[in-house]
Amino acid sequence: MQENKKNIAIEVKDLVTHYGPRKILDGINLTVSEGEIMIIMGGSGSGKSTLLRYLLGLGIPTNGSIKLLGKDITKLNANEMLELRKNMGVAFQGGALLSSMTIGENVKLPLREHAELDEKTMDIMARMKLEVVNLGGFEELMPSELSGGMIKRAAVARAIIMDPKLMFFDEPSAGLDPVVSAELDDLILRLRDAMNMTIVVVTHELDSAFKIADRITVLDRGHILMSDTVEEIKNSDNERIQSLLNRRPSNEVINADEYLSRLTGM
Amino acid sequence: MSESIVHRFLNYIEIVGSSTVKLAEGAGYYFALLIESLAWIIVGPFYKQPVRIPSIFSQMMTIGIAACPIVFILSFSIGVMLAIQMIYNLKTFGAESQVVVGVALSITREFAPLITGILIAGRTGSALAAKLGTMQVNQEIDALRVMGINPVRYLVSPALLAMLIMMPILTFFADIAGLLGGALYTGVEIGLSFSAYVDRTIAALMVGDIMQGLFKSLIFALIIILVGASNGFSVTGGAEGVGKATTRSVVLSISFIVIADMIFTYFLNR
Repeated sequence: MQENKKNIAIEVKDLVTHYGPRKILDGINLTVSEGEIMIIMGGSGSGKSTLLRYLLGLGIPTNGSIKLLGKDITKLNANEMLELRKNMGVAFQGGALLSSMTIGENVKLPLREHAELDEKTMDIMARMKLEVVNLGGFEELMPSELSGGMIKRAAVARAIIMDPKLMFFDEPSAGLDPVVSAELDDLILRLRDAMNMTIVVVTHELDSAFKIADRITVLDRGHILMSDTVEEIKNSDNERIQSLLNRRPSNEVINADEYLSRLTGM
Repeated sequence: MSESIVHRFLNYIEIVGSSTVKLAEGAGYYFALLIESLAWIIVGPFYKQPVRIPSIFSQMMTIGIAACPIVFILSFSIGVMLAIQMIYNLKTFGAESQVVVGVALSITREFAPLITGILIAGRTGSALAAKLGTMQVNQEIDALRVMGINPVRYLVSPALLAMLIMMPILTFFADIAGLLGGALYTGVEIGLSFSAYVDRTIAALMVGDIMQGLFKSLIFALIIILVGASNGFSVTGGAEGVGKATTRSVVLSISFIVIADMIFTYFLNR
């Protein structure tokens, strides 16, 4: 039992969520240890982005608990949540940099809002983090002047400015060429090794997942199929996992009556 | 036959019911947004999350100072237009010189706040809705929330405060511009001197007339920010959603402004 040896950073219990009347996640149980890189994988519509939203505290679940660093975020008040958020960094899929500010201002934003530092100190810290993501010297540019990969790296710099203990990545390699995407993978590994962060990455990019993952969680239609090491996942005999790994289209057996009733809308 | 009538009747009732619920929901949302953004302005500093002064000033620049030229042009034209109409009307009674009182009262009590409100709704309300909508689509709002920066405090409160300061100022500016327009046309048309026009305007106006306009402009400021912000925050569906929200916020806030104007004018003149 690996989890018992290390402290648990993220613990999700019996998470059930709805979007309107539709059930998206159903009975999710998940633990991530400190310093671990957990990959959440799954096809589109599997609920992986939804799971991330709830891990970030952006939604109120129907049922279940989500503990981050030992605190149940479904029960925290606004102030406790704010304190916890200072220990969380998030790199969104599209970067989500504020387009009205320069890269430097974007990176400094969390410091400006949460820490009382003088301008010079903030400048130095921002430049340090930009150096970490290989964007030194770009702080005066606007987000619109950067390429997609640079925006994603700048978003990482903003996410790590407060030296968070938890780091979340949403589709870090989506829309990037293989080289840039491999650089981001290295960056994720470096962040874990240098700063001992606990990292959760949502992705459907297999190569990058196998490269960086300590463990992989495979989601399918709102359920967890499997949550294990890369080797175990590769050797799994679950048909859905294998079709995801080998890029096979899923050949579902169609129920004739159901199909007909869907088509006719009766 | 009768069953289908009953069925249709029930349908109508259902439609009335559900739209009433929606209306109440919308009103509740506006109210909650108002309370939240005012609360941040007042208690934010005690939670170390103040509304930043620089962003209030930059909003005041874009909302207020940058709108001055167009407010001046529109109000000036309204002033001239009112003078033309009133002189034409008053000629029937041979009382052209009374145009001064007419222009002074209509500008300060009605036209200056209304034209400023409509202009700012089209200018600032739409910009706010488009900005918040785009930020919502690009996950910038989510990013603010996960950084522990409340989007209402960071984006709406400064705009609201800037608006509450600038709208009365712009309205007062519009008062002056409108009266100036009236004065110039009257001077040309019936030969009333500028200083005589100013004297008679000051004699005709009471503090209450100007205050009424300024009070209404505060109400319009609330409407513009709340409608713009709530439409912006509720954007779904990409670029098209942003466009829809922008249009909706302009149409709604202009409609609310005109209706609120009617209601407040009624009660303020009882």
